[in-house]
Amino acid sequence: MKSLEELQKIKERALDRRKLTGEGARARVIVAMGTCGIAAGARDTMSAVLSELEKKQITDVVVTQTGCLGLCEYEPIVQVQIGEQDMVTYGHIDTSRVPELIEKHLVGGEPVEAWTIKQGA
Amino acid sequence: MTAFRELSQHILDIAENSINAGADLLFIDIREDFKADSLTIGIADNGRGMDKAMLQRVTDPWITTRTTRKVGLGIPFFKQSAEMCEGSFGIQSEAGKGTKVVTVFQHSHIDRPPLGDLVGTLLCLIVGNPTVNFVYRHYVDDRAFILDSREIRAILGDEVPLSDPEVLAFLRGMLEDGEHSLGGAPEG
Repeated sequence: MKSLEELQKIKERALDRRKLTGEGARARVIVAMGTCGIAAGARDTMSAVLSELEKKQITDVVVTQTGCLGLCEYEPIVQVQIGEQDMVTYGHIDTSRVPELIEKHLVGGEPVEAWTIKQGA
Repeated sequence: MTAFRELSQHILDIAENSINAGADLLFIDIREDFKADSLTIGIADNGRGMDKAMLQRVTDPWITTRTTRKVGLGIPFFKQSAEMCEGSFGIQSEAGKGTKVVTVFQHSHIDRPPLGDLVGTLLCLIVGNPTVNFVYRHYVDDRAFILDSREIRAILGDEVPLSDPEVLAFLRGMLEDGEHSLGGAPEG
């Protein structure tokens, strides 16, 4: 069974890593988690995002949730914001699209245009 | 016919209501009693709550606080889910204090959705809402698994986010070990 002592050690290692790379989040990923989103599989999408970050050992990205964005027909919706750039809103991001999204946009810095929702559309 | 295949998705949905209502402390209780053949799910929060008038109307699908759409389906869906299983749905609330939703299901009912991915649900809730704390208590007969995110946040402090890969792996492992220790009937 995992213990909280183990967590203390993990914290210390994480702090050391942050001293090396410079702390603070470089990017934010937001997953819409309204009723429509959950029905469309948003929880599994978010789980997949967390798994990818874990697998790739990405430490400078924060993942949070938000409520219904009113774009229910595009769920699951994922928003990505890198630094001071404009936020990019993606639609229909099921678990199969997550690895490519993380690789191309979060790691590579290039939004995946084909999956974006143009606001006002 | 419901929108969610798993009870854990209902839990996630109701918890989102709590968070939207400004709650920063949620109690999520799951109690499986095989002798009584009951499954009880309780979600209690310290959010802004509802006055009597709103409380009476909240199970109506046309009632919602969101401005993006005209329907609020989460509560009516959960209520319907319980009632399809000879169960019951109850909601209490007090303006300024908080809200509590309790659903009871007949555990062995053929239409009772599986609890589903509780680990994924809790991981998303805890990691995705850094300013909210969750006390999760899952009882199966006389076994219990309790996780209080306040203990975890107390150790990590402000400097290390829960989405740090090593922390994530730890939290996921803790949840999986805890759920596994409950044994009980296999869940879908």
